[in-house]
Amino acid sequence: MTASLDVEGLAFAYPDGHQALFGVDLRIERGERVALLGPNGAGKTTLVLHLNGVHRAGAGTVRVGGLEVTRENVQEIRRRVGIVFQDPDDQLFMPTVADDVAFGPANFGVTEPELSLRVKEALDAVGVAELADRSPMHLSGGQRRRAALATVLACDPEILVLDEPSTHLDPVARRELADVLLGLDRTMLMVTHDLPYALQLCPRSVVIDGGVVVADAPTRDLLADTAFLAAHRLELPFGFAL
Amino acid sequence: MGAGHAHPLYRAGDSVVHRLPAHVKIVVAFVFVLAVVATPREAFAVFGLQFLLLVGVWIAARIPPGWLATRALIEAPFVVLAVLLPFSATGPRVEWMGMSLAVDGLLAGWNILIKGTLGVLVSVTLAATTPLRDLVSGLSRLRVPSMVCVIATLMLRYLEVIAAEARRMRLARVSRGHDPRFVWQLGATVRSVGALFLRSYERGERVHLAMLSRGYTGAMPAFTTASASTATWTVALLPAAAAVVLAASGYWLA
Repeated sequence: MTASLDVEGLAFAYPDGHQALFGVDLRIERGERVALLGPNGAGKTTLVLHLNGVHRAGAGTVRVGGLEVTRENVQEIRRRVGIVFQDPDDQLFMPTVADDVAFGPANFGVTEPELSLRVKEALDAVGVAELADRSPMHLSGGQRRRAALATVLACDPEILVLDEPSTHLDPVARRELADVLLGLDRTMLMVTHDLPYALQLCPRSVVIDGGVVVADAPTRDLLADTAFLAAHRLELPFGFAL
Repeated sequence: MGAGHAHPLYRAGDSVVHRLPAHVKIVVAFVFVLAVVATPREAFAVFGLQFLLLVGVWIAARIPPGWLATRALIEAPFVVLAVLLPFSATGPRVEWMGMSLAVDGLLAGWNILIKGTLGVLVSVTLAATTPLRDLVSGLSRLRVPSMVCVIATLMLRYLEVIAAEARRMRLARVSRGHDPRFVWQLGATVRSVGALFLRSYERGERVHLAMLSRGYTGAMPAFTTASASTATWTVALLPAAAAVVLAASGYWLA
């Protein structure tokens, strides 16, 4: 079976010469939920922006659902990779939530009546159907985060990429988001510093540091290895132990 | 509040005027304003009749005059200009309450005042009866270049985000004892305006990235908007047509 995501030997340097990735290998099977961990500046965001063709690989390949990321098929790649950005205010830019959720699928050629159906399904999946006609400005942090998730779900992505999904959420909103994510049954790559959240949501974790993958193991085993965590500027919050 | 269109200029309602498609209202408002501007300034009665037409629209839209008046205050700076003109203009003068006023200046001031007021009232009426997003989709239906519509859409959304950011920055300054009372103490405020600009610019880049990630290629998807029948157009254009006829009659009367 083709993997949802297959990254092989990916290397990348920014135009100013700064090398961010030095040969990253990462394979994620369909239906897997994987946490991408690592200290600030490790190359996590750079890797994520390769997945949907914003950055082009200096060397190596990225395949999404078997399709290689190239200039020609970048539009299909962007449909297959649904990135939920860290700040929902960056993602929600339309006057109403429903318009925003419709933006992605409409760009990918979905037309009425299917478009309305997609919008409704996506809003239902994250439990904010009643907010369809509201302005994103008037939503709570948790509602905004879920609305941002819906904008990506509506594109029916092969893999969902979440950038720090739990930031700025109160404990209840954080747990509600986890419930939604666990109920989605989709392939997921979650970039996060929130290690307990990674443990709750992702059975497998990949640690990236200095532009290479330094560990790929079950999340629980990884987080129990205090010496390893310390070596890569990671640590569990106060009071946590595995 | 808290409903989708909680904008200070919009007054939610379900009147005939509210239900008209946005693009029809934009055309009507535009023609109406053109008629007002084209009316000769000496045709005083015509302006009165045009005002009555507007009153008719307000009654149909059920907008109370007080609500409109407070929002029409935006015109105030222009009123100051209009009031100054009779004093500053040259030419034949008249005496009024001990003051010497230039006739030409009086007429010029009146011209600005009445046309400005009617224009602002028309705009406020349009904004009061049309949600912001409909205004933008109305514009795009009227074939306004899509880039302009995208910019308007983004501006409407991010004006509030940036304003909220500015409020937080001010609060953070004030919390640290910043209390500018004189111009030379404004340095911190000015610098935070600069910081706000940079932040907004960076946000712009992040928003663009998020749009690209959802397949944006430079053209907004065309969302369907309500079309208008000939009958709707005919009825809606009546006040505008009346304003045009009145303006034309002004040249006779004057």
